[in-house]
Amino acid sequence: MNAWIEKQKYLIDFTLSSLARRKAKNLGLLLVYTLIVFLLASVMLFTHALRQAATQVLAGAPEIVLQRMVAGRHDLIPPGYLERIGRIRGVQEKEGRLWGYYYDPVVKANYTFMVPNHQEIAAGTLFVGAGMARARGLAVGNLISFRSYSGQLFSFTIAGILPSDSELVSADLVLLSEADFRAFFEIAAGHFTDIALSVANPLEVRNIASKLAQQFPDARPILRAEILRTYESVFNWREGIVLALASLAILAFAILAWEKASGLSADEKREIGILKAIGWETGDVLKMKFWEGALISQAAFLIGYLAAYLHVFRFSSSLFAPVLKGWAVLYPRFELSPVIDGFQVATLFFFTVFPYAAATLVPIWRAAITDPDAVMRG
Amino acid sequence: MIELKDIHKAFNAGRENEFHALKGIDLHLPAQRVTAFRGPSGSGKTTLLSIIGCLSRPTSGRVRLGDRDISGLPERFLTDIRRQTFGFIFQQFNLIRGLSAQENVMLPAYPLGGHWRVLHERAERLLGDLRLSHRRAAAVEHLSGGEQQRVAIARALINDPQIIIADEPTANLDSALALEFMAILERLHGIGKTVILTSHDPLVVDSAIVHQVIDLRDGCIVPPPPGGNG
Repeated sequence: MNAWIEKQKYLIDFTLSSLARRKAKNLGLLLVYTLIVFLLASVMLFTHALRQAATQVLAGAPEIVLQRMVAGRHDLIPPGYLERIGRIRGVQEKEGRLWGYYYDPVVKANYTFMVPNHQEIAAGTLFVGAGMARARGLAVGNLISFRSYSGQLFSFTIAGILPSDSELVSADLVLLSEADFRAFFEIAAGHFTDIALSVANPLEVRNIASKLAQQFPDARPILRAEILRTYESVFNWREGIVLALASLAILAFAILAWEKASGLSADEKREIGILKAIGWETGDVLKMKFWEGALISQAAFLIGYLAAYLHVFRFSSSLFAPVLKGWAVLYPRFELSPVIDGFQVATLFFFTVFPYAAATLVPIWRAAITDPDAVMRG
Repeated sequence: MIELKDIHKAFNAGRENEFHALKGIDLHLPAQRVTAFRGPSGSGKTTLLSIIGCLSRPTSGRVRLGDRDISGLPERFLTDIRRQTFGFIFQQFNLIRGLSAQENVMLPAYPLGGHWRVLHERAERLLGDLRLSHRRAAAVEHLSGGEQQRVAIARALINDPQIIIADEPTANLDSALALEFMAILERLHGIGKTVILTSHDPLVVDSAIVHQVIDLRDGCIVPPPPGGNG
């Protein structure tokens, strides 16, 4: 047992010195390898964390939203709908919501105007999202004017900036009073943008949705689960685009790794021959070379993954956030909560470390099984 | 000690370029003697040396080491025998560049997994015996030809083998260094080692240190002339 341990120590020792002897080759390989792991891990970590964040944000969303449709387009809910819903069993809470979009030509961005249901806002004042405040250079107490769709100018005082921890959803948000909202968009009393419903028993959500569809043939119920699914597919699609781009880099790496790792230099072949001639077994040579590949690939994996973690969770994915976050003009500034998915780590590990190890072992095995007497012939 | 019976070695067997390097060698090499194979290039010296040293196997024939037939052993066992029984000194020295003299000397002992301190001391002693202590930490590519050969000799001795095999050991040395090598050879014989070498250098084959010279030509042993030393 002692001899076995000593032998492994000698093998590792020799492996390390062997790596050090081919510094340029191994450092180059490590660098490119790390970069690939960094790219892939960044995309994976970012989209995974974004999905988690979206799921958390939507956790507070109503189970069902009812929208009225006219000619296949979203229309206002007319008076009387809210009362009729009250008669459907299982509906715990219902509220008419008021929200709409406003295009600000000054910064060429869209804002979401909204009347909060559980917060009183004084007439003539606004609470704005941090993204919008940055874009327009707003601070509490400033005045801001918007020209409504009817051409009338409205002025508001900024009463507050929304907290930045909700920036993922509130970057472009403008909260105002119901009276101001109705006046600005010219929406008569009793009309709403849509209706939010909460359901006591989650198992009942689909039943209630079908009852709503029957009772209000001109309206469509939207379930929270469906929104989550849509988010999921949007993120998957975006992740797919970035990964498709990254696959070019991966291909380049594969070629480089194959070239660097599999094509043994004459020097390395000679070295393997010498080791065999002086009494190393084929297995010893393979183990030593396997350690070499494993050290490089695992170091690259660790450094690349760590760099990706810092990139995503400390530096807000600055390299490719524009592709992954969407098309908005007002980019939210937010810190994603660090989330690591074990399965993703394992997948990444398998697809980066395993092929490299395999690519290096085959040519070494070929060199290692040649007759050691080749060394005698120079 | 080593007995070869009807040894044949063919390369590229069955192909158009089939070549017979050894054609029926019968030989007995006694222990604790210095034997030299002499012959022109292509005579089969190196092939014979590699078969004796378990670096390759004969196409047919028997090789006996002591009372053991080793010609049919699988590679793993041959490696084991090679490691324990033989020490090699190659014509090109075959040291590993980038490693120090001492690391090169220790290499053959790594697979045995002995204690590092013991191995280290043994390597030190061998380097001292060969007047290389001061160069122990130098990378081998920075050593002179003579120093490189002495490192190769120390490496051949690290596992304390019974038999030293040297292929054209003086081919890359000037006369002074060749004489120095012969002196080392004498010391090795003095401590009971069996030495088998190939050479066509008169400094070696005509030396009094060499007990037996075997002439080879075209893969066969040339019978010694009457009154010769072979």
